[in-house]
Amino acid sequence: MDTLQTIHDKALAHVAACDDLRALDELRVAYLGKKGEVTALLKSLGAMAPEERKRFGQAVNQLKQTIAAALNARKAALETAALNARLAEEQVDITLPGRGEQRGGLHPVTRAMQRIIDLFGRFGFEVATGPEVEDDYHNFEALNFPAHHPARAMHDTFYFGDGRLLRTHTSPVQVRGMLAQGAPIRIIAPGKVYRSDYDQTHSPMFHQVEGLLVGEQVSMADLKGVLQAFVNAFFEQDMATRFRPSYFPFTEPSAEVDVAWDKGDGSAPGWLEILGCGMVHPNVLQACQIDPERYVGYAFGMGVERLAMLRYGVTDLRPFFDNDLRFLRQFR
Amino acid sequence: MKFSVNWLRQWVPVEQSAQDLAEALTAAGLEVDTVTPVASPFSGVVVGEIVACGPHPDADKLQICELDDGSGEALQVVCGAPNARAGIKVPFARVGAVLTAADGSDFKIKKAKLRGVASFGMACSARELGMSDDHSGLLELPADAVPGTDIRDLLALDDYSIDLELTPNRADCLGMKGLARDVAAISDQTFTPQNFPAAPEGHTDELPITLEAPEDCPRYLGRIIKGIDPRVPSPLWMQEALRRSGIRSISATVDATNYVLMELGQPMHAFDLDRLQGGISVRRGRAGETLTLLDEKEIELDDSLLTICDEQGPVALAGIMGGLDSGVTDATRNVLLESAWFRPATIMGKARDLGLHTDSSHRFERGVDPQGQREAMERITQLLLEICGGEAGPVMSAVAEDYLPQPQPVRLRLQRLNRVLGSTLEAAEVERILTGLGMTLRPVEGGWEALAPSSRVDIDIVEDLIEEVARVHGYDALPAAMPSGALSLPRLSEAEVTTGQLREALVAAGYQEAICYAFVEHKLLKSLALDAQALPLANPISSDMDVMRTALVPGLLKALERNLRFQQERVRLFEMGKVFHQGEVLEEVERIAGVVCGTALPEQWGAKSRALDFYDMKGDVERLLATRGLQSDVHFEPCELPFLHPGQAATVFLGDVAIGWLGALHPQTQQSLGIKPRSFAFELDLDELKKREVPCAKKISSFPSVRRDLALLVPEATTCAAVEQQIRAAGGDLLRKLTVFDQFSGQAVEKGYKSLAIGLILQDVSCTLTDEVVDSIIDRVIQGLESQLDVQLRG
Repeated sequence: MDTLQTIHDKALAHVAACDDLRALDELRVAYLGKKGEVTALLKSLGAMAPEERKRFGQAVNQLKQTIAAALNARKAALETAALNARLAEEQVDITLPGRGEQRGGLHPVTRAMQRIIDLFGRFGFEVATGPEVEDDYHNFEALNFPAHHPARAMHDTFYFGDGRLLRTHTSPVQVRGMLAQGAPIRIIAPGKVYRSDYDQTHSPMFHQVEGLLVGEQVSMADLKGVLQAFVNAFFEQDMATRFRPSYFPFTEPSAEVDVAWDKGDGSAPGWLEILGCGMVHPNVLQACQIDPERYVGYAFGMGVERLAMLRYGVTDLRPFFDNDLRFLRQFR
Repeated sequence: MKFSVNWLRQWVPVEQSAQDLAEALTAAGLEVDTVTPVASPFSGVVVGEIVACGPHPDADKLQICELDDGSGEALQVVCGAPNARAGIKVPFARVGAVLTAADGSDFKIKKAKLRGVASFGMACSARELGMSDDHSGLLELPADAVPGTDIRDLLALDDYSIDLELTPNRADCLGMKGLARDVAAISDQTFTPQNFPAAPEGHTDELPITLEAPEDCPRYLGRIIKGIDPRVPSPLWMQEALRRSGIRSISATVDATNYVLMELGQPMHAFDLDRLQGGISVRRGRAGETLTLLDEKEIELDDSLLTICDEQGPVALAGIMGGLDSGVTDATRNVLLESAWFRPATIMGKARDLGLHTDSSHRFERGVDPQGQREAMERITQLLLEICGGEAGPVMSAVAEDYLPQPQPVRLRLQRLNRVLGSTLEAAEVERILTGLGMTLRPVEGGWEALAPSSRVDIDIVEDLIEEVARVHGYDALPAAMPSGALSLPRLSEAEVTTGQLREALVAAGYQEAICYAFVEHKLLKSLALDAQALPLANPISSDMDVMRTALVPGLLKALERNLRFQQERVRLFEMGKVFHQGEVLEEVERIAGVVCGTALPEQWGAKSRALDFYDMKGDVERLLATRGLQSDVHFEPCELPFLHPGQAATVFLGDVAIGWLGALHPQTQQSLGIKPRSFAFELDLDELKKREVPCAKKISSFPSVRRDLALLVPEATTCAAVEQQIRAAGGDLLRKLTVFDQFSGQAVEKGYKSLAIGLILQDVSCTLTDEVVDSIIDRVIQGLESQLDVQLRG
């Protein structure tokens, strides 16, 4: 039995001292392998008396299991240590910036326009488009602007010298939409418009979104409701609005809509005009071959730059078209 | 339209403050632009009479005045005003008075010494009281003003000017009378117009008046006033009323015409009778005739312009401006007054065409009350006789009744009104509003027939009445509703790439969206040889925006250049928008374009800094094209646009259709645009780019794939695309994927050749590929390359 105890002590001491997976495997071979010390003991069993074989056999198996357990435990410990060492070695400075391209961004006008289109889309308004080089008929006449009418003076128009002009508003899309589609109709027309005016608050090119809804059960109450809902949704808060009578040749009654705006500079909130609207004028419906007795419609138009300025805190119109990256990069 | 609240009060009782009135006007559709006090908020200024006036011993320009301020004690005041003289009454700021300085701060009048002489107060000009810019002398007050009276009371200076931004339909509010009618309606008061009785006639002189163009001018009233005193100034109350309406005082006669224009909205004209020859006729101008207007500008007349003529020819441009040679002067004794109605369509746009804008043309082109001429004539007669004396003759009247607008009743049904407004207004409310606006109502089945006052030239159809009811009732008091009814779901096209997806692809690739003006400088397009189909503007806003853009890239290059000037080294911009090509017809083409310069990636620690090259740009374009899904129809061919580098430019094809280009800018283009760093650009038509197919899935293979790599020696001139095409043709259906994973030339490669390394992945859907099958395909590929393209397998 002394031999067993000696082997036991020696083996456990070796295992405990081993700090290398390969050496550990060599120990396993040396003790438990085909030619190992413990295996040799087992081979000697055959020569023993049955009584002794049983007792000695049990003791050797006990030894074998003890050594195997010690080997496994040591192996697991060494593997964990090795993994930990590797992990420690592979540690990086996670505060260094990531690799690759940086994201660009959309123009604030596009952002605002997209938002307007998305919101009206939920009310079922579908996007319609029209040409930017228009004729007098679609831009003015069909919209109930007689030739030389003072209302035309509100639109400083760019001309091409042959009767064509740059559209001064997105309203001609109403006319084209109604002529193509008839009633009922529910469209929204975003796009560029042009007026010959250039100063701090006017740009010769800007963007509008026009809306048009014509149906049999339509009233000014719907117009008020839809626009109030839009304004609240666009600014993500309940906005105080004011519907003010106004005049556009192509709508009657006509209104301008103001929102109460807090400039945040301590001054009292003032009314800021954000859009024009009204009930489609019967002359316009007639010009578009729609029976004004049967159908009623409303239309509205808003300046995208104005909405973008309010939404994003832009105080001057001109940076929108300077394309200065220092300005644009704020809109990622 | 600018007016003072006090003037309005002469026509309608206004209880509200000026601010509240302004709110109410705006809410009723008469938008208020500004509300301004008519004088600064001074105090302690009274009427003072200069009793005596003498020179200052030590100053040429100063006088020593003795002034009676009503206190019973004569005060010594030193004054520098040139019009200071004994006998006049002036505003006098007593010691202790508080005035407002030009910078808005208050200052107190103290006892002072001017060049050694004590002065007990200050006599004031209009400017010192914040009434006008006039600082030429003391403000002279009416002779009957009582010394000691507070100036604020005397001149009713606790008043405000309101500036209205009237819409073109509301011509009726371009005079106090019409405005008062509207104010009465919105404040629920009864409107009682003033009456101007016929003036007593002191002589019977008349002139013949002929309406030669009765459709343009169906009513022309004239009256001769004889023996006026041309030198008497207009009274202060009139000057003040006009001043508060933004009109300068000129002379009593001119002031009176302006006063009536402002009061009744009827433009008036006064001729110097003695400078006219014979009778008056109203007719169209004739080619060859000229007329020098009051502003001393000579205009050429033609058939489009309506004129007032005497026997010699045109003496005034009807409804726009009088002639210089027939106008009143400070020598005029006898005047011919004109009160006429001109058809708006005749006057519309004419002043603008001549570069003019007058109070008269402004009103006539919007529509003057066709029944208002006689009232205005009586009113101006009354004013002139009061101010300048003289004697009035009979009113001469030429009328072509048939051509005057005839009042037409408009039928309104209550049900229609409530349907359009979505309201539940009662008949009584509608009646209250419409009668309040001066309309005469006749009940008919379900509603009314309404006859508007003749001044309401804008009331024509039922919608006009609905708007009036809504406006006076208050838009904010009308109900609001959310849309109801059946919702429909549109068929959302998936076979179209959205503009949002295209934008997103470029944003993800580091591009910032730009929006450039759609008009550019013709010279710029020309320098890029992009001017062939440029559409020029007839009235550009400036010479650097004189044609419509034919491409997006020129504007983007200007933006790139601008950003480089502002120290941006890496610029990546894109734009989506229309370009305009004027061929036989105009084409508006939707495009997307980008420009880039700088390093391939933003400066960073983790990647070696490298300049952008053609393939970076091409990668961006390919990512854009990839929004279309599978893209086997894309190919690139060399491109020869003059502003691009001839060796680094490609036309992009989708199938047979060229949809645009990409490439490096030509070094000379860069130089002429002042762009130093190597720059690249692309521009693509959106129409084709947006087309795609809805994916149709095929079963994926469950058998393993095999990869074979080929190292090829390719003649320098043979393109990668040709090699790829040849491999695909020979590879057949089993060739699933082809990847070019290396490309080089130089020392390691035979001269005249380049090396291409290509990986081929083969796979069958029905079985595992055997080596024999793979080998035979590869052999076929290699043979094809050798025989067709002289490509060798590298040893």
